[in-house]
Amino acid sequence: MRIRTALLATSALILASCGQATETDAPEADISAEQALMTQLIDAEPGDVIEIPEGTYNFNRGLSLTVDGVTIRGEGMDKTVLSFADQIAGAEGLLVTASDFTIEDLAIEDAKGDALKVNEGENITIRRVRTEWTNGPSQDNGAYGIYPVQTTNVLVEGNVAIGASDAGVYVGQSLDVIVRNNRAEYNVAGIEIENTVGADVYDNVATNNTGGILVFNMPELQQEGRVTRVYDNQVFANNTDNFGHPGTPVASVPAGTGIIVNSNDDVEIFNNEISDNKTGNIIISSLFTTGYSESSTSESFDPYPEGIFIYGNTFTGGGEDPDTPELALARIMLFGEDGRLPDIIWDGFYDEAKQVDGVTPDALRICIDNGDVGILNANGPSGFTEPSTEMSPFECSLEKLPAVDLGRS
Amino acid sequence: MSLKRIAPGATLFGLFLFGIAACAPGKPEIVSHPADNPTQLSDWGLFDVSGGALELNEGVHPYDLNSPLFTDYAHKLRTIWVPSNAPAVDLNTGGVPDLPVGTVISKTFYYPKSEPGASEVLKSNDPTGQVNPALSNLDTIRLMETRLLVRRELGWEPVSYVWNEAQTDAVLTKIGDVKPLTLVEPDGERVDFAYIVPDINQCAGCHAPNNTTREIQPLGVRARHLNKPYAHNGEDKNQIAFLTEQGILKPAEDAATLPANADWTDHSLPLEQRARSYLDINCSHCHNPAGPADTSGLDLTVDAAVGPALGVCKLPIAAGSGTGGRAFSIVPGAPDESILIYRLETTKPGAMMPELGRSLSHAEGAALIRDWIASMDGDCSS
Repeated sequence: MRIRTALLATSALILASCGQATETDAPEADISAEQALMTQLIDAEPGDVIEIPEGTYNFNRGLSLTVDGVTIRGEGMDKTVLSFADQIAGAEGLLVTASDFTIEDLAIEDAKGDALKVNEGENITIRRVRTEWTNGPSQDNGAYGIYPVQTTNVLVEGNVAIGASDAGVYVGQSLDVIVRNNRAEYNVAGIEIENTVGADVYDNVATNNTGGILVFNMPELQQEGRVTRVYDNQVFANNTDNFGHPGTPVASVPAGTGIIVNSNDDVEIFNNEISDNKTGNIIISSLFTTGYSESSTSESFDPYPEGIFIYGNTFTGGGEDPDTPELALARIMLFGEDGRLPDIIWDGFYDEAKQVDGVTPDALRICIDNGDVGILNANGPSGFTEPSTEMSPFECSLEKLPAVDLGRS
Repeated sequence: MSLKRIAPGATLFGLFLFGIAACAPGKPEIVSHPADNPTQLSDWGLFDVSGGALELNEGVHPYDLNSPLFTDYAHKLRTIWVPSNAPAVDLNTGGVPDLPVGTVISKTFYYPKSEPGASEVLKSNDPTGQVNPALSNLDTIRLMETRLLVRRELGWEPVSYVWNEAQTDAVLTKIGDVKPLTLVEPDGERVDFAYIVPDINQCAGCHAPNNTTREIQPLGVRARHLNKPYAHNGEDKNQIAFLTEQGILKPAEDAATLPANADWTDHSLPLEQRARSYLDINCSHCHNPAGPADTSGLDLTVDAAVGPALGVCKLPIAAGSGTGGRAFSIVPGAPDESILIYRLETTKPGAMMPELGRSLSHAEGAALIRDWIASMDGDCSS
């Protein structure tokens, strides 16, 4: 700061000596609160805290921040509201391309695209932020609420995400992530961890989404995800009709899904309260059942969910009205008109190339140690025609995964 | 990351240099402000608009590109000025030449008016550039904005000016603006749209093509875009050869062997080459392997191999409404099933591509990409 001031003076001196009247960086006169915030975001310096007082701020263009080390702080998620209902340009409400970023205590409403996107950065904190599309679930809503992607050391806590036409909280292609104490409602996906390595997802509430908590891997990206722990969450009544855009990965999620693991590896699901998700409380699946085409991936991509360990969860209800024809048929075939599917559903695809003496190696198995909970193997490889409820292949346990340590106090 | 922090010693040297230039007598002199941004465009001394035309001052060289970025049918006057005592810099095949501190690159966005004095603007082809006056009659032209990229000690910085109504000067803006405009089509149809002047942070949305280093860079000043003729004093001259003569560039190879993108409007060139050149300049600043859109896995640089990374049978990742209900980025032979076409044609902010720089869709550009996809063999069913 000292250097800048000195330079400004020097520069002015030289110009003045040439007889030119030159002002430098004069403030723009009579600006609105919205314009003032835009200016603050542009002028931000590392270490700055941008405080936004209580009030509703209406933007017609997306905001962006490109400077490291900045904190944006409102006065509460119901008090400081950044509204993008009038947005005519920009694919996000707020786009951040910076590290050491904290945002807290404000709301971002009705963005035309994503509400808050953090694209590449380290040490990201998103805390007590509400992202909401205020007219409820609709395909016209933007895709993601809270959306850090290609980030490292990420804390997403105490947020509320409502109405996203893709995922309320979406952490993509990231490393070392904690998602806790959030509430996700009326999104297609409540909380989604995708192509991420090392994520702890706990103490969250996911309800009234199409799917509550998703752990996904998608092909053709720079990193495949693995090592995610989903625990101590309440995941109930995620039965909202899927309003995702056809073609998106989440559009394939059946309405009534509690927790779904798709093509991801080393996932631990424990101590959750999971109830009343009408298709299935937990679904383990591969990209084969989510609109996958072999021509769309390289051979190096692993579409199989492997190393999945489910234990200690509490299940109530659910599975009584599956949202896919295959599962609806399986329910009636195996459990009758009034029956319900077991709490865990597996699409049945496994990697034949990795079989040793006809069995899946221990570390790649799906293991269930959850009392008398049942499973439906939908047997996708047979065309979903021979579903099974045989439990014995899943009676095993896996080494527990390490906790994510963000190294923060 | 702030580029405003400047090494004191080096900058004082720079100030000394520019100070000299600023004090020469005569018509408005070119001043490359080394640290702070004057409130008036005229303080840079690039242009003289006092005579009802836009004249380039001495040493300000106009150029254009084989295929330009589409910006709501705006015409663009691009110039480059380099301090006269700076040594020539290497021009390599791929990257941006390391132009000397003090360099000022400008891009002025303007439209021909529907008739002299009118506020409505015409949809028309961007004319082949001329040298001086660069814009001959300002009564027939609506000047919108002039964006500068200034090479400072620590790198390139964007500076942006919006023209005043009288078109006598342009005023510094950081937060950009929204200008309602009416575009008159050749058949007389009128289209209202919002012309967006980006805010300064948004400059990085295109001009930071590496999302890890986030260095601001010029985009057009690369061999493959510059490698074309431009009429200087009535004589067509290759731009790289011209800038070499001016002592600005030092091509690593003979200009004839440097790459050249296609003019996307030149129907004598192969369809694929035109389409790939169009996608390169409109998309690859984000859609490259290190760019902000590497999160999508879609690479639209001109030399990306044909396959899933180029979009062929590629699943969307985080497209949201941008899929338009379609399953793959490109379905060979089926433009109407290809996400790429939807995103080029839609004008919804949350779905359109590019994300910045347009409120309208570029019908002619989208038609080119349609033709290219329609010409592809294969399908995505297996």
